[in-house]
Amino acid sequence: MRHDLAELSRVTPVRVMAVDAVSLEQRAAALAGRSLKREAKLGALDLAIRCTDYTTLEGADTPGRIVQLCAKAVRPDPSDHSIPSVAAVCVYPEMVPTAVGCLKGTSIGIASVAGAFPAGLGPLSARLEEIRWVVEQGATEVDMVLNRGAFLSGHYGVAFDEIAASKDASGAAHLKVILETGELGPYDQVRKASMLAMAAGADFIKTSTGKIGTSATLPVALCMAESIRDFAEQTGQAIGLKVAGGIRTAKQSWQYLVVIQETLGVEWMHPDRFRIGASSLLNELLLQLRTQQTGRYQSLDSFTDG
Amino acid sequence: MDLEPVKLQYATSRESTDIVHLEKSYGLFIDGKMVEPRSGAMFTSVNPATEEPLTQVAEAGSDDVDLAVAAARRAYEHGWRDLPGKERAKYVFRIARLLQERAREFAVLETIDGGKPIKESRDVDIPLAAAHFFYYAGWADKLGYAFPGRRPKPIGVAGQIIPWNFPLLMAAWKLAPALASGNTVVLKPAETTPLTALLLTEVLRDADLPPGVVNVLTGDGVAGAALVNHPGVDKIAFTGSTDVGKEIQRALAGTGKRLTLELGGKAANIVFEDAALDQAVEGVVNGIFFNQGHVCCAGSRLLLQEPIAEAFLDKLRSRMATLRVGDPLDKNTDVGAINSRQQLDKISSLVDAGVEEGAEMYQAPCPLPERGFWFRPTILTGVTPAHRVAQEEIFGPVLSVLTFRTPEEAVAKANNTRYGLSAGVWTEKGSKILWMADRLRAGVVWENTFNRFDPASPFGGFRESGFGREGGVQGLAPYLALEAIDA
Repeated sequence: MRHDLAELSRVTPVRVMAVDAVSLEQRAAALAGRSLKREAKLGALDLAIRCTDYTTLEGADTPGRIVQLCAKAVRPDPSDHSIPSVAAVCVYPEMVPTAVGCLKGTSIGIASVAGAFPAGLGPLSARLEEIRWVVEQGATEVDMVLNRGAFLSGHYGVAFDEIAASKDASGAAHLKVILETGELGPYDQVRKASMLAMAAGADFIKTSTGKIGTSATLPVALCMAESIRDFAEQTGQAIGLKVAGGIRTAKQSWQYLVVIQETLGVEWMHPDRFRIGASSLLNELLLQLRTQQTGRYQSLDSFTDG
Repeated sequence: MDLEPVKLQYATSRESTDIVHLEKSYGLFIDGKMVEPRSGAMFTSVNPATEEPLTQVAEAGSDDVDLAVAAARRAYEHGWRDLPGKERAKYVFRIARLLQERAREFAVLETIDGGKPIKESRDVDIPLAAAHFFYYAGWADKLGYAFPGRRPKPIGVAGQIIPWNFPLLMAAWKLAPALASGNTVVLKPAETTPLTALLLTEVLRDADLPPGVVNVLTGDGVAGAALVNHPGVDKIAFTGSTDVGKEIQRALAGTGKRLTLELGGKAANIVFEDAALDQAVEGVVNGIFFNQGHVCCAGSRLLLQEPIAEAFLDKLRSRMATLRVGDPLDKNTDVGAINSRQQLDKISSLVDAGVEEGAEMYQAPCPLPERGFWFRPTILTGVTPAHRVAQEEIFGPVLSVLTFRTPEEAVAKANNTRYGLSAGVWTEKGSKILWMADRLRAGVVWENTFNRFDPASPFGGFRESGFGREGGVQGLAPYLALEAIDA
């Protein structure tokens, strides 16, 4: 459902709160230090797999590569049927038809980046057309990027309207808005962009494209989670969070889960409201899961390539 | 496939106590040796989280105070006073390094003797204690530069009486500047938390500190009073309650002894509507629930600007629901045990009085252990300045909430107290912070943070919070006679 920001501010003013960087980073560091019970670690690993958007976004992607990705997405560990499937695969538009073919009959989502990923600076009509096209091809989730050029130059209305138009173009597909927090500067900007994207109709807000040096960090995720909590309090709507880029270890994945649980509550500990965009992380999760179960480390070669 | 959300359970991650070796009983540390108290009297130190006895500790009487003061006097006159600053510095540096080397042992002991979470003793108390020794060690050979136009000389024998809320840290705050300035010391730790000061005597011996330079007398108010009234003591430094502070000041009037007092507080933590509210919530939680609220500078009065008061309290209550209260040795614990049954009773009765006066109470819904002294993190709303809980120091995890409309009103309410130790201001506007800091009558004003300490920064109060400063170059002054140098 989309909101007109002006309309929304008349009915329920969406406040954009300031963020104190020192304290935010302290809180994130404190949460990173929580230790989990062994069963909780198993639960966290299982949940992290179920929340994974298994991703390949390379210029070198081919249908063959996508077939391999999808097979791994359905059955991350062919030797262990208790391992769940991932939440979705995340691919470039041209690869959507291949992914649709591979994942027919499964509950796995097909996410496509669209809208001149990763810069988002193409003509608006072309960006919207790209979104409509991927949805027609069968994408169930659309990962678009915030127009940082508009946002950083203070043209918030433009950035807002583009997201709202993209939401219309996505139709029934879920819309994730990538803020590319590494390009936004201070946390206040992350908070402002989060509130803007949610008010404009985002179903999920997402940290990063993974295409620049700075990707998801724990404080950024905490800042976005706090924005989501405020938006839920102010509008009654529950928006999801996707962290992406640079998440490679099992420990990182459960640190994000702790941030989510402590900030947003247990209702967000579910793939409908939390996603991790990753590729190499999946085998790390499997490795840790088997280590926790057997008490022995395995070689990464014991797990199939995705 | 519809799946339920998953809730992660945190593991008990209990710090081992194996590193701590407690003797069956401890004597008094006088003239470099552990000696039995003259009277033979002993008392028991208890772990407040389990109510189990830890060990027996000597109860010093006035005879023991005589011996300790005499030892301190000998050490002062026969060596320590005349030792060059750079030599004194070596001892103080050595103490700092030895503390760091044994940091884990000190942290565990502090936690089992006082009830504070291991997270805090490990990350705050012990590192800061070492930092104070390092800082003042650096001053020992530079005293001539600390007060331009003055020639600094040590004072003599200092009697130092410290509280139970930060036992080792308060010992460090007192010992480090006194030793660096060339004074000798008789230290009396609090009755309920004597153990880290006793462990510190091992560090002093390992540092080869000459006998008598520091003497440690455990005991109760009897020993404290004997120390205060001893004619051989040149200076008293006291941290503790305002009532005892007043008694000490009365006793010292006309004696010529120097005095510094660091007493109670009822600090205002002031949140403006433009503040970073999510972080202010963290700051408010840290301000009042840090060390179970057993903090003289705790932000025990929350002043909220009216437009955000309700929203802020909602956030605060949700955050309080995630606080983990319990076993202080568990690294996940946020709030530990109340220091003693006596303190628990005092907190309970003041909170009852608050509710009777019409305050509305919210308590964090956390499970509490069966044994030990515990009090749920508590907020009292609907409090007005006339209520006892808005005026009296509770010294527990209890926050009284008031509201205000304008900065002027915030200042008026914040200053409407007998105390003046600390205050916090939360706003994104720098000019407002400076405007507030000019008008708040408090020794420390924190801006967008709370309970941050640094050895280089002076700490101390106004009015009934006491006088004199600890920390920084200012913290040297109470331990030095500053003679004018003729031009």
